[in-house]
Amino acid sequence: MSILKRIKPAFWDHQDLISGPHKALFNFRRIWYATVLLTSAVVLLPLITMAVIDYKVTQHNIESAILLRTARLVSNTQRTISFFLDERRAALRFIEQDNTCEELKDPERLTSLLEHLKKGVGGFVDLGIIEFSGLHVNYAGPYNLQGVNYSRQQWFKEVMERGVYTSDVFLGFRRTPHLVVAIRHDLPEGPCYVLRASLDMEKFNDLLSNLEMAGRGDAFLINREGLLQTPSLYHGKVFEKVSLPVPEYAPRTRVLEWKNASGLPLIIGYRYIADTPFILMVVKQKEVLMKPWYETRIELIGFLLASITIVLIVILGGGTYLVNRIYLADQRRVMILHEVEYSNKMASIGRLAAGVAHEINNPLAIINEKAGLIKDLLSLKEGFADKEQLLDPINSILASVERCGRITRRLLGFARHMDVSIQTVNLGDIVQGVLDFLDKEAEYRSIAVSVDIPGDLPAIESDRGKLQQIFLNLINNAFAAMEDNGHLAITAKTEGRDFVSITVADDGCGIPENDLKRIFEPFFSTKIGSGGTGLGLSITYGLVQELGGKISVQSEVGKGTSFTITLPLKQEQKER
Amino acid sequence: MRVLLVDDEKELVTTMAQRLALRGIDADWVTSCEDALKSVEAESYDIAILDVKIPGLSGIELKKKLEEKCPGMKFIFMTGHGSEKDYKEGAAEAGVEYYLVKPINIEFLIEKMHKVLEK
Repeated sequence: MSILKRIKPAFWDHQDLISGPHKALFNFRRIWYATVLLTSAVVLLPLITMAVIDYKVTQHNIESAILLRTARLVSNTQRTISFFLDERRAALRFIEQDNTCEELKDPERLTSLLEHLKKGVGGFVDLGIIEFSGLHVNYAGPYNLQGVNYSRQQWFKEVMERGVYTSDVFLGFRRTPHLVVAIRHDLPEGPCYVLRASLDMEKFNDLLSNLEMAGRGDAFLINREGLLQTPSLYHGKVFEKVSLPVPEYAPRTRVLEWKNASGLPLIIGYRYIADTPFILMVVKQKEVLMKPWYETRIELIGFLLASITIVLIVILGGGTYLVNRIYLADQRRVMILHEVEYSNKMASIGRLAAGVAHEINNPLAIINEKAGLIKDLLSLKEGFADKEQLLDPINSILASVERCGRITRRLLGFARHMDVSIQTVNLGDIVQGVLDFLDKEAEYRSIAVSVDIPGDLPAIESDRGKLQQIFLNLINNAFAAMEDNGHLAITAKTEGRDFVSITVADDGCGIPENDLKRIFEPFFSTKIGSGGTGLGLSITYGLVQELGGKISVQSEVGKGTSFTITLPLKQEQKER
Repeated sequence: MRVLLVDDEKELVTTMAQRLALRGIDADWVTSCEDALKSVEAESYDIAILDVKIPGLSGIELKKKLEEKCPGMKFIFMTGHGSEKDYKEGAAEAGVEYYLVKPINIEFLIEKMHKVLEK
């Protein structure tokens, strides 16, 4: 709270009570809000929008790159696998074309062909000839499969029907995982036999396990039922159901995103391998792939937050500074307006007083002459009865006329110097002139006024009217601060060669130390509500400055206050 | 000594003339500049007491014209407008020694007239 109070600018709680509704040009808090909010919006909206767009675009690009890479890997791998199988099918097709039925039924010939295949193409385990009745008539390889009847098996039906067949990985009669490729040999009169070869799973698995993949990648084959055909690193063992859904058929490579059971996002690329039951799957963990992006993202967000903070600090600081400057300028404007009003008021009062005094002086002169004439006649004529009784009131009239004359002369003397003019003035006369106005009040309130201005105090070059206002304000303030029976002391002395100082000291209530710093500020008043404008001392301060002087104050609560004005003996020449 | 009183307030100048007469001083009075000029043509005066503001001319202008007609004539100004503080300024401006502020004590005025004439 106290920090908030300390940084709160001066204009924040400003209420233009004194200047009134027509002089308050600005609502500073509203200007501040408008400036800060508008500038913030204009600066931050594009910044944030750009940052969000950049964020989205970059994220999208990185994701696209990952998907594209995965798709490419899937395509390449698919091509390798297809090639592997095609190569073997082509080899079988060659054998089938190059040998007659009889040659193939010869066990030695078949064994030699298998040997050639193993050496030339590789990956073959065994080779067999099956008659179209389903009977295994010739076999070359490590297992004893001759005589086995396949006529009821699905693969045999399929090869008989379609001419070529590639099997799932299965255990079969030999109880080891293997893969079978079969082709049908046709004669013009109809199907003749089926050439069947088992392929080495190790060689087949190597195709996938040798892939290098980022993002904890895993490449494997599944069949259309979702059973794993080759070993997987993370998604199950061979012949187990894969822990992922079987992706829907697509003629081309596809990449999709998927969340596994524990919510981990995965990138899945797959391809249905043509003419086989296999689906190639490449599965990567998205989090691992996106890691570089997450690091960049933190930097981006950090940079954005730092920018926003700096922008806000600059806007808040700058806005507050500018509005505060406007506020101070406005305060000065209002003060000057008041000063002008005050001067005008004083000048008007002065002119009015002068006019009144002048108008009164003429009839006063007539009364004086008429009464004087009566007195003359009474004095000159002897033997006039009741002479003494008449002389008394006449003398009284003449005394009153003289008193009125003194008052009008004083008024005229005070009012005459409202215009700015530098002249040689005697400070003692001015102080006395001001005191003449206030002596009735001093008398009523039994305030003792002592004036100690040395007779040899040099006359100074200054403005009489302004000095009158200065002393009138100070002495009035002193009177206001004092109880009845107070004591006001006015003293003067020379200060060095070029200055004189006058001190107006009262023994009134004094000013608390906190207020002491602010008493020359415009609108600072402890008399608000009782007619004070808070401008008296501010105007006094301004007037003293205009005359090239200084004003200072010492005060102690309960003991009194003294104002000291230091004025130059001569006015510096300045442009007017 | 012959005195000419000039002021637009008739009541004032008549009474002043009466009071001066009671003190043995021969005083004439006029209430306008024209009358003042006519009076000095008709008679000679030792001293004129002028108001600073008379309808027609200002007291200073009137003084100049009267001086032309009667060289050697002395002047005292009186005014309802001003204060003792203005006394010196006003006197210097008008080229006179005394510049008295109304209401004026008659004895004080006589004293000043004697002083002016002695010079």
